[in-house]
Amino acid sequence: MADETLSHPDASRTPHGSAFDAVEQGPRRSDEPARDLASVPTAVPSHPSVAALRAVFGEAIGAHQLHAGDQHVVFVDAARIVDVLEYLQQDADQQYAFLLDLTAVDYGGGKPIQVVYQLWSMAHHRSLRVKVELPLNALDVASVVPLWKTADWLEREVFDLFGVTFTGHPDLRRILMPENYAEGHPLRKDFPLRGRFSRAEQTRRALGLHVEDNYTDFEMGVGRDPQLVAEESDGSLPGDAPRAAPDAAPDPAGDETSAAVPQAESE
Amino acid sequence: MSIRTVEYAVGRTPEMGVDGRPAYGPMAPVDLPEPELGSEHMLINIGPQHPATHGVLRLVCELDGETVLRVIPHIGYLHSGFEKLGEYRGWNQVVPLTDRMDYLAPLIYNCAYVMSVERLMGIEVTERCKVVRVVLMELDRIFGHLLWLGTTAIDVGAFTPFLYSFQEREKIYTLHESLTGARITTSATRVGGMMADLPEGWAEACRKFVNELPRTLDEVDYLLTTNAIHLGRTQDVGVISADDAINYGFTGPNLRASGVPYDVRKDKPYYDYETYDFDVPVGEHGDCYDRYLCRMEEMRQSIRIIHQALDRLPDGPIDIDDPNVVLPSKTDCMNDMESMIHHFKIITEGIEAPVGESWFSVEGSKGELGMYVVSDGGTKPVRWRVRPPSFVNLSVIPKLAEGHLVSDLIMINASLDIVLGEIDR
Repeated sequence: MADETLSHPDASRTPHGSAFDAVEQGPRRSDEPARDLASVPTAVPSHPSVAALRAVFGEAIGAHQLHAGDQHVVFVDAARIVDVLEYLQQDADQQYAFLLDLTAVDYGGGKPIQVVYQLWSMAHHRSLRVKVELPLNALDVASVVPLWKTADWLEREVFDLFGVTFTGHPDLRRILMPENYAEGHPLRKDFPLRGRFSRAEQTRRALGLHVEDNYTDFEMGVGRDPQLVAEESDGSLPGDAPRAAPDAAPDPAGDETSAAVPQAESE
Repeated sequence: MSIRTVEYAVGRTPEMGVDGRPAYGPMAPVDLPEPELGSEHMLINIGPQHPATHGVLRLVCELDGETVLRVIPHIGYLHSGFEKLGEYRGWNQVVPLTDRMDYLAPLIYNCAYVMSVERLMGIEVTERCKVVRVVLMELDRIFGHLLWLGTTAIDVGAFTPFLYSFQEREKIYTLHESLTGARITTSATRVGGMMADLPEGWAEACRKFVNELPRTLDEVDYLLTTNAIHLGRTQDVGVISADDAINYGFTGPNLRASGVPYDVRKDKPYYDYETYDFDVPVGEHGDCYDRYLCRMEEMRQSIRIIHQALDRLPDGPIDIDDPNVVLPSKTDCMNDMESMIHHFKIITEGIEAPVGESWFSVEGSKGELGMYVVSDGGTKPVRWRVRPPSFVNLSVIPKLAEGHLVSDLIMINASLDIVLGEIDR
């Protein structure tokens, strides 16, 4: 998507001045220690599923970590994640029937984004967290919707908030943010807390929405002649005034139409 | 593990169709040959501002006559970016965000969050704190279910249970208020303990409440459980099988109504839940009526747990004895310099969690509530993620409502017990 090209319109001159800077940074220790994410626990007790995974998938299974006392985390090669999860779900010795959670973690600083699958095996009373690391320049991974229907909305949420593309997802579109949201993916570390656009621009975009922007293409086609829908490729309703380009919200005053384009505003 | 199947007060209609729907009945779609009316499908938008959607939820329905062919939920109208906000706050400052998610059972969210952080930090809270948190979580389970009971009954035309249940909720509000000073946004927990210990007489007031509650439950039971209209509106509406329920990620009473005896309190016990004597109600049919029965029974089981917890409520401190995590008392701060400095350091710089992560779940009133916290060793989370039970439960509504009438869609939506604050976060 083109979101990555956007930048904050001059972060040093936010409309609210510097009074909120401390809020945005949050608490920090005065004698801040050096952070080392690699210092994870080393002595890891064995987990029956991880041992089985290593036997079946070999090289595709990466590091095995233990967190918070009893929580096992295993890293898996992104290319094999569906095979691994299908094995964990189907194999009689694993039976992870529950996909309890699917989320992502961005550590920031250019580190890869982790997609996290939290599994629970009701048959064996076992839980396992499977992780996939995706470099920032290749944020796509196969969808697990064919295995678990519950992944549908969870993957849409990760796509919406982190920008990870799940290939093979039946209906991958934004879920929490509006469909026409152009500021990027909010839970990424490079996304500023107050958003990329100014408050005025955000308000203007919200007020500039057409009614039909709130409907998907499928919904707009319900009960209408398919041929007619195909002809109105811009999605406007019959009788509506012709619309401007979808990204540029209509400007009632008619002045400074170039301000609607975010790239222009950041200069 | 004691699992109990809910008992049916009335027989179910014997003339059940092969597809799991009654062969007749006022609320069931009638399988008559479709007359050639030349009609076209219709798009109906319900919400986001509609009382029957239980929040700012928007459902776009494709209808054939009055039959729902497809439902497409649109959410996000209440999105507040809580998870993003949490990344800019100290570990304890996140607590006020948690109760704003599920304002119908805020204490469960307060407790679940700090429990996850305590796991991450390797903190074992005091015995008294454990029991107090169990009481509060069970109290708020009743709190959430009572709201569900009232609003669901009113959706299918029963006004009285709404009044009864809100009268009881008012008493829980009072208990919240005397404990935390707030009625909804409780923010009662802190890492390593509680905001404050139980005030004088709170345990007795709570005991009085749980002693009186069964009478109201009996009254509502009498009004709804065998009520012909309620049965017609709920039985065999929104059916989901056990396998589908697991695959779609149902948890909580919704899952148990389909016959899967999965309860986090039994399967992954925390806070000594294995030592409490309580049953997990399990349904058979996975329809709206079974979800109703499961929740009604869960409230009675929560009452049992609260009685046992109040019986064993130990004396002693409620906070752990760790000056790196817990604030010194205000009296100490005002009287000696060390405590004053210590208080200042914790407030201004926050507490530190070790490098690592923790995914911890409790049995919330809506389902399995997971809290995932990731730390890089700093004073605030790198990532704070809530596994929102109603979010996952709501994603099933297109499957549940397909083929039902629009009025059934309202009942199905109500029976899922969603709260939009937590879905949109």
